[in-house]
Amino acid sequence: MKLTRRHVLGLTVGAAAFAVAGARITPALASVEDTDKSIMDFTGGVAPGEGKITLTAPEIAENGNTVPISVSVESAMEGDDLVESVIIFADGNPSPAVATFHFTEMSGAALATTRMRLAKTQNVVAVAKMKDGSFFMDKKQVKVTIGGCGG
Amino acid sequence: MHTRRDFLQYALNAGFVLGAAGLGANPTRALAQQKLTQDDLLRFDSKGQVTLLHFTDCHAQLKPVFFRPPDTNIGVGAYAGLPPHLVAEEFLAYFNIEKGSPYAYAHTMVDYVDLARTYGQLGGLDRTATLVKAIRAERGDDKVLFLDGGDTWQGSYTALKTNGMDMVECMKLLKPDAMTGHWEFTLGQDRFLELVEAMGYPFLASNIFDSEWDEPAFEHTAYFERGGVKVAVIGQAMPYTPIANPSWMFPKWSFGIRPEVLQANVDAARAEGAEVVVLLSHNGFDVDRKLAGVVSGLDVIVTGHTHDATPVALEVEGTLLMSSGSHGKYLGRIDLDIKDGKVAGYSSTLIPVFADVITPDPEMAAKIAEVRAPYEAETQRVIGSTDTLLYRRGNFNGTWDDLICQGIMEERDTEIALSPGFRWGTTLLPGADITIDDLYTETSMSYPEVYRLEFTGAQLKDIMEDVCDNLFNKDPFLQQGGDMVRVGGFTYACTPEGQMGSRISDMRLTGSGEPMEADKTYTVGGWASVNEGVEGPAIYDLMEDYITKKSVVSLDPDAAAVRVIR
Repeated sequence: MKLTRRHVLGLTVGAAAFAVAGARITPALASVEDTDKSIMDFTGGVAPGEGKITLTAPEIAENGNTVPISVSVESAMEGDDLVESVIIFADGNPSPAVATFHFTEMSGAALATTRMRLAKTQNVVAVAKMKDGSFFMDKKQVKVTIGGCGG
Repeated sequence: MHTRRDFLQYALNAGFVLGAAGLGANPTRALAQQKLTQDDLLRFDSKGQVTLLHFTDCHAQLKPVFFRPPDTNIGVGAYAGLPPHLVAEEFLAYFNIEKGSPYAYAHTMVDYVDLARTYGQLGGLDRTATLVKAIRAERGDDKVLFLDGGDTWQGSYTALKTNGMDMVECMKLLKPDAMTGHWEFTLGQDRFLELVEAMGYPFLASNIFDSEWDEPAFEHTAYFERGGVKVAVIGQAMPYTPIANPSWMFPKWSFGIRPEVLQANVDAARAEGAEVVVLLSHNGFDVDRKLAGVVSGLDVIVTGHTHDATPVALEVEGTLLMSSGSHGKYLGRIDLDIKDGKVAGYSSTLIPVFADVITPDPEMAAKIAEVRAPYEAETQRVIGSTDTLLYRRGNFNGTWDDLICQGIMEERDTEIALSPGFRWGTTLLPGADITIDDLYTETSMSYPEVYRLEFTGAQLKDIMEDVCDNLFNKDPFLQQGGDMVRVGGFTYACTPEGQMGSRISDMRLTGSGEPMEADKTYTVGGWASVNEGVEGPAIYDLMEDYITKKSVVSLDPDAAAVRVIR
């Protein structure tokens, strides 16, 4: 498993926003289309299937600057039943690609946990690439709020 | 199984229902009390091996209270029109409760002031203690589990001054078997842990994790042997505590609903041989209604947080949901008959704690007097009086918050005031004195500063939309459990069934009726900000000054700032 440069960048940024109640951030470049295109680049045009991969994320972020997510893929992690990599996207961020995790048989299990910054309410998408050339996807919406008045 | 018809039968048997003729004759308090006895309140179709007693969201109310149930409690999407989203006559019809009866008074605001004067206050921990002791005596200690759903340590002058210790000392006498919570965390993580240490029974939370290492931060499950049955109780703290309350006060902990964690804990409890699995929850009713369908293997959810009170447990997807109200008004009871490791039958009731009918337990009464003694003179100090009904609970507004918004605008010289949509806070009848105790039931908390800021119209609308989506998102897992933020200085229209960003419309300044402008700046006062370092006077001090100056307050309950579009 290794962290990409983009992911490390994602971790080191992340302070300013949301300090003032009511502040709204409107990310300019991000788009669902960019994410869809990046997924297709990752899969080489193969439409990912459902199942096998589970993305766990909070329904509402406690802190949009550091949102914990984890991903796991059902796999024997040997022979053809091997997860080669998992890519994570945040489809509302200025640059949707967040991290790519690479696995080998030595990994033992395809499990990864990280934290990411989410500028606004958006979908987090995880796609797993299997050694046999198949792909699996899971998606969760994470809400980012201004902050509440709970009872 | 317990049906609405059974409930009617039970109510009739217990002699609870005052005849319509009796109501027409405007029965005196003496007559009402003659009709209702402590034995009536305790009468119950006992069964099986396990009795669960559920007490939740008392918000530090040691003494009996008036608490007007909501006139507006809207459910959206698939949850519209289902309990607990029923009020007034709809509620009475659904649960077959006769208008004017003690149950009608306990559960609805129909004829509230008249019935309040007839039946008197509800609650008081010494009355609850009497009920708990009587049920333990009837069933035997070995059959009873007493569960505290939390929001126990915040909400009164004495809880504020003792940092929750008054409640810990009193609750101990009820010998709870487990607790979970929410506002407890606003005492700060160090004080919270001190009190958990002091209370001597487990604080359970399946859904709190260490925020740095993402490991379980608390014990999640406790096992009990009751009536020869192995019972697992799993705790679930308020999932959005770090969002609805200041997370900087408890930075070590991360919350969330975490249904996958809960499922794993339920499965583990079954694997440990638990025949009954109970979730002691501070999720809120709709979250738990959805959770019952998402997580398998839960027999009972005793639910709190949203302050809903249902007269009996409701069956949802094979799980029993018991919602035991707030402010010490009720004690929830479920008896379970277990056969072959399964729930084969049950009885349930929510006992309204009629303070004038139940004999106070002497031991608890003495403890309450002891913990309050250092503050008694101050709490009874009268700062003014009210000509009109003062209440808070309801989706959009209440006269207590109207008064608080007026106080903020005047004392902080702002055009607009915001008051959080808390569901705690009691009721004062017309003509009542306002004491320090009364003021603090509406305002006491650990982050009371009243800020003064400038917001644009667009920012105000964003805040309103954000809070509104916490209340009316069609997915209960995205609801945080409070009511709508209360406003002063402007009016607006709200479409609960709408989408985020489109529910709030027609924002107009109250005085001139002029539409508010997106890019114009307005001065805004408000309290209970979740941000760190907020500056300003404490809301209770500000309101003491304001009420003292006014001497007599008078609020129009029909002067609603919000037009609801349905």
